[in-house]
Amino acid sequence: MPALTTEVGRLALVIEIGGMPVRVNTTDPVFLGMLHDRYAGFVTSSARAEIEFDVDLTPPHTTDPNADVRVIHRLGRWSLERGDFRAQWEPSSRSGWIRQTANPYSIDAVLRIVHTLVLAREGGFLLHSASAIRNGKAFLFAGVSEAGKTTISRLAPPDVTLLTDEVSYVRKRDSAYFAYGTPFTGELAKLGENVSAPIAALYFLGKGAENHIEPIPSGEAARTLLCNLLFFAEDEKLVQSTFHSAFEFVSRVPVSRLTFAPDTRVWELIG
Amino acid sequence: MSSLYLARNPRVAARSLDGEMMIMSGRDSTLFTLNKTATVLWQFADGATPLDQIVERRICSRFDVEPAEALQDAETLARELASREILQLSEEPILPRNPVAGEPR
Repeated sequence: MPALTTEVGRLALVIEIGGMPVRVNTTDPVFLGMLHDRYAGFVTSSARAEIEFDVDLTPPHTTDPNADVRVIHRLGRWSLERGDFRAQWEPSSRSGWIRQTANPYSIDAVLRIVHTLVLAREGGFLLHSASAIRNGKAFLFAGVSEAGKTTISRLAPPDVTLLTDEVSYVRKRDSAYFAYGTPFTGELAKLGENVSAPIAALYFLGKGAENHIEPIPSGEAARTLLCNLLFFAEDEKLVQSTFHSAFEFVSRVPVSRLTFAPDTRVWELIG
Repeated sequence: MSSLYLARNPRVAARSLDGEMMIMSGRDSTLFTLNKTATVLWQFADGATPLDQIVERRICSRFDVEPAEALQDAETLARELASREILQLSEEPILPRNPVAGEPR
């Protein structure tokens, strides 16, 4: 008698960003290979995972690329939704699922969102900024699109380790803040190095004729930082927690405005 | 004219830094920076002090403005802050239901 069920091979990889391993399970070897390529440098052999997602691949279909993301917490579960994916994550069981087509962008969005949720509880955050390590210290370069995040990353001399040109990962450990490398890229399309260092300064970028650094008042620093945070959840407690984290950060990390001309001399001011 | 009472909405987060009062909506993460008059309303919105007393004691004494005009402007501002869910308004005193999420005074 033929078997009524067939066991489907389960494939997995662990993507570790910011020191947080996330296991992704799939049954599709092509998708797994796509993730291996996308997250090269962030895939670990660690058996330990703090979060586990089963990815359910759906057939290709038309989606609205401009659809808003919705992140809602209800009955102990986070629901994540955009035009191109749906996902759920239950922190108590550390597990969840993602429904999407076989593309690397949807799961990338899910990972960004989940990391913001985890970081928010710990006093950390994701920030629209480039970041890099020099002389054992991390420097963040924040700004909106066209502010110069990719430009300053391109201008970095060889002794600088690039963490990201687009989304910085800020984690609080004890009373210090650390920046971690991320695979979240901007125009540079180059993954950051998977390393971390204590944050020595945050710069808000501006372009000008000359290179100079000027301190900015803490109120303005907090306000500008808040405007550059990545945060998606419709959840009062997490919003309040992230709000206060921004103030805590500017009370501990020097924040300045860095105006720079697009040439390598700007790095003479950093580090 | 009946009295109007103001209370801080406990569902927002608030901080003052360098004289700038910043409020973030817990519902949709919108960030607001309050002007000087709005900051006074926020600071003294205890649910028990009517708006006319706040205006008389905290606004007219601080800013060079006619009391009637100040009250009218303050009421307009208070209603705008309420429409953005920063303040709660009532014609009766507002009893605290939850601890205020903003800074301690």
